[in-house]
Amino acid sequence: MQTIHTQIWQEEAEPGNPFAAQVARCHGYDVYGEMLGRARWSDMLFLLFTGQRPSERQAGLLESLAIALANPGPRDASVHAAMCGGIGGSPSAACLTAALAVGAGLNGGSREVFLAMENWQLCACDLTRWTNRLAEKPAATASIWPVAEHASGFDPHAVDTALPVRQTLAVLAACSPGERLPWLNEQRPALERLAGHPLALPGVAAAALADLGLTPEQGEMLYLLLRLPGAAAHALEQKQVSHRNFPFFALELAENTDGENS
Amino acid sequence: MNGPEYLSQKAGKLQTAMGGFFPGSHVVFRGQTLHTDLKDMDWMALYLFGICGRHFTAAQLQLMNALWTYTSYPDARIWNNRIAALSGSARSTGNLGLAAALAVSEAHIYGRGNEVQAITFFIATQQRLAAGDSLADCLHDEMNTHRRIAGYGRPLVNADERLGPIMAKAAELGLDQGPHIRLAFAIERFLLDSGRNLRMNYGAVVSAFGADLGLSPEEFYLFMIPSFLAGMPPCFLEARHAVEGSLFPLRCTDIAYEGPAPRKW
Repeated sequence: MQTIHTQIWQEEAEPGNPFAAQVARCHGYDVYGEMLGRARWSDMLFLLFTGQRPSERQAGLLESLAIALANPGPRDASVHAAMCGGIGGSPSAACLTAALAVGAGLNGGSREVFLAMENWQLCACDLTRWTNRLAEKPAATASIWPVAEHASGFDPHAVDTALPVRQTLAVLAACSPGERLPWLNEQRPALERLAGHPLALPGVAAAALADLGLTPEQGEMLYLLLRLPGAAAHALEQKQVSHRNFPFFALELAENTDGENS
Repeated sequence: MNGPEYLSQKAGKLQTAMGGFFPGSHVVFRGQTLHTDLKDMDWMALYLFGICGRHFTAAQLQLMNALWTYTSYPDARIWNNRIAALSGSARSTGNLGLAAALAVSEAHIYGRGNEVQAITFFIATQQRLAAGDSLADCLHDEMNTHRRIAGYGRPLVNADERLGPIMAKAAELGLDQGPHIRLAFAIERFLLDSGRNLRMNYGAVVSAFGADLGLSPEEFYLFMIPSFLAGMPPCFLEARHAVEGSLFPLRCTDIAYEGPAPRKW
């Protein structure tokens, strides 16, 4: 019999039924017998991703990050996509699928967080390395992903650092167990000059996820997950209202839009 | 049959009559070999063979092809297409964008959710009418069950530009006089005559054709899944090659907040 190998989850079968578990352990901790009622959602998330119980500071940082990311708001492309599902009465999973697909990209999405976390791995808290890194042109390689068009973690359309970005950075930097968030908070103006754009929330999230000790792959996944609550709530709200109250926008049929290529 | 004993019999193997692949050798597709028996099969015919396990005539396949073609709209404002386009604008991948756009396409007011109700209603109504029930009773019961007649009325406008072309195509193929498509028009007439301005939409037409082609609601549902797909890549591509984040940008003032006034946490 072939088996699934995992270091995360261990189950002991109920007597008389090998298809039901009586004990389930996550990285060794009894989930239903000990964690339930004592552990927080952030404890469970951190445990699942890292295999370790978080320190108070790690759990606090993850809690605050989760609140900052929970709702990107209806102007965000991923929430907009989820609302497109809600307005037509699409299944809940389709609404979240839409939020995940659109929120996965390099412009404000999880791939941007992945790339920004790679930058943290390469540059740490060394301004010289950041200077060199942000001066590099991203290489065009054969990939399912487009080439990055702006420095990851920064907002190509912003004119200044948005207040919620500064507020999030200040709060997370104050509670972080790591050194990246405080350093980012200090060096933000210099990094923004190097990037040519103001810092954006994915950039703060990337530093926070790196301070939590996560890899870029783990950070990308967690960022996708943590932004879903708002998409879900807005999709549900649109299910309750008439599609006539949802923007359909005007159509201007053009011969060619190639001139607008980025 | 259920329980641990039954699950134990099923564990560790795939028991299937649908097919399978034998690495380095051959592939079985519903009892036939893919690279020999089915090697010249048109993709649409293969797709339907996979769903129904039977073959359709050339005219039937042409009609089914047209059912998809005539609803392939490269308009990024349409809700499912908008997801594909937003994926391009947000620099996600094409596969993610199109898959999510297809996932959303089983909506209640358009797409699969609408069609499944419509074909189920047409099949049941045809049977009830043959047994002597009245159309008025059938419509009354459907309204009571679903609070709508799926396939009648349209979200954005109460007219459907696809109807004329698809009926012309069906007539050209000699497939426009099936009992369910005639029933679909009879229902529209009945609704209009009873003062309800609910014109038939494309969902009703495709569902009626689906029933006339002998598809069950489940077969028809699966057949229609790619029906909007051809309109989606253009939406993705144009947004993907425009300035990132520039599709449908919304100002803060574009959000009409209607919730509680500001309060302290």
